Amino acid sequence: MSANLIPILWQATLQTLYMVTTSTLIGTLIGLPLGVFLATSRRGELLSAPWLNSLLGLIVNAARSTPFIILVVAITPLTQLIAGTSIGTTASIVPLTIAAAPFIARLIETAIREIDAGLIEAARAMGATPVQIIRKVLIPEALPGIILGLTLAVVSLIGYSAMVGAVGGKGLGDLGIRYGYQRFMPEVMLTVVIILIVLVQLVQSVGEWIASRFDKRAPRNRGR
Amino acid sequence: MTEPAISFQGVTRRYPQKGDSEVVALHDIWLDVPKGAITGIIGRSGAGKSTLLRMVNGLERPSTGKVIVNDHDVGAASTASLRRIRREVGMIFQHFNLLASRTVAENIALPLEIAGEDSGKIAPRVTELIERVGLTEQADRYPAELSGGQKQRVGIARALATGPRVLLSDEATSALDPDTTRQVLELLHSINRELGLTILLITHEMAVVRDICTQVAVIEAGRIVEAGDTYEVFSKPAHPTTRSFLTGVTGVAVPQFVAHRMQETPPSPTAEAVVQITFIGNHATDPMLARLTSERGVSVNILAGAIEEIGTKPFGSLIVALPAPRLEESRRFLEEHGLLTEVLGYVG
Repeated sequence: MSANLIPILWQATLQTLYMVTTSTLIGTLIGLPLGVFLATSRRGELLSAPWLNSLLGLIVNAARSTPFIILVVAITPLTQLIAGTSIGTTASIVPLTIAAAPFIARLIETAIREIDAGLIEAARAMGATPVQIIRKVLIPEALPGIILGLTLAVVSLIGYSAMVGAVGGKGLGDLGIRYGYQRFMPEVMLTVVIILIVLVQLVQSVGEWIASRFDKRAPRNRGR
Repeated sequence: MTEPAISFQGVTRRYPQKGDSEVVALHDIWLDVPKGAITGIIGRSGAGKSTLLRMVNGLERPSTGKVIVNDHDVGAASTASLRRIRREVGMIFQHFNLLASRTVAENIALPLEIAGEDSGKIAPRVTELIERVGLTEQADRYPAELSGGQKQRVGIARALATGPRVLLSDEATSALDPDTTRQVLELLHSINRELGLTILLITHEMAVVRDICTQVAVIEAGRIVEAGDTYEVFSKPAHPTTRSFLTGVTGVAVPQFVAHRMQETPPSPTAEAVVQITFIGNHATDPMLARLTSERGVSVNILAGAIEEIGTKPFGSLIVALPAPRLEESRRFLEEHGLLTEVLGYVG
């Protein structure tokens, strides 16, 4: 592999990190409130709104069941509207975010549903409002689960980001296809795959470490 | 008599089921919980005691009837006023319900944060509460590092944080071993004495009622079948449910070797009657059985017995065998001297 490929690999890595980080951040901004609402709005729950809960659940399921590559192409007009262009690295953040948000919402919903209903009852008995229960009980208690969920989301987004090459998103996956497959340079393909493996390993380890720092449920996680 | 702290006035709770049917969890409950006392509601699981307790802080609302707590009509309270009422009513739970993500001190601070207390006032109040329940050493530990008894102490401190006038206890000692149960009950008792706090607790263990309750209500299938002064109810249990709870608590039962031979009628003229004698008050210390033998010449065999203290009063139960022909005479003698007797059966 020639030395002039190294800057190209470096740049592609940065593009991937840019796309994944930005879409995770925006996806979390949308997914966190959505996930909290989904977890607390069934009939008789804290924010009981069964009709809206079903509707949002339906939308989330629809977004999650659409194959990502189809989603990318299908929402081109929306991407154009938001990013001002429908091709390039920044433009591909739009479909990545739209894929990330419902996924993150479901992961956060699951993490919050794990919490013992007794804690909600205790907080209600203290005279807490639904917003106080969410802020002071549900989110802090679910935090280890939420962090592990976000880790899973980042890993999935690294995979998705390889597909946005289809709309000129660039990044590592795109580089692997164009150089490794189309220009028949298997060593580039191999390098890209190794970088992706290292990246995923890193994200997973860091995510698990942070989650364990916040997890006070077992004495072994005392962290002192 | 002063105004009760809590008053259930004809409370019924129905749960509509699919179709036209419904489940009646509570049926026309009338009960006054006196101020400053410890009142126990005892019943088996599914009897409705948990629903009844949750009416007091509005976690459950009555279908009909009223629940009056500190002069507020809880069942009719608006959401906002219900939150204010809840800050005057502390609650502790069987499974503690502590936040795993918060330390002992932070858990105790939670109700104060919820009440919108200044952060400057929270810290000294939390320190005071931690000392009150004897957990100063554990203040910065997480619930997962505590024993069950310590967790319930945190629960108690948390329930006291906002200075409530009523404390509700939902099977608070049911998940604890006997030693720890005793310590937690002692803590509740001392809080009741020192703060003048009204405590309403639900339990399925008569021992809890015996140890700290001055008042008791027995609940069965959504109805209160017996209620009153603990000592009175214990010494003269009228309802079969109360009796069955009592055999457990006094630890008195007919020994196996007698039980399997026992019959409902005397099998022969020389048969012996098996009689349960309940001791009330100071009679418990009187040698009544010895007098029965010396004054009336009736020979008495003691089969089983135990003497307990309820509050400060002695209370005990004995199971004895005495000659069947002398039964009526002996019963009269014992009852005249203030003892309760009940014939359990006969052995040949």
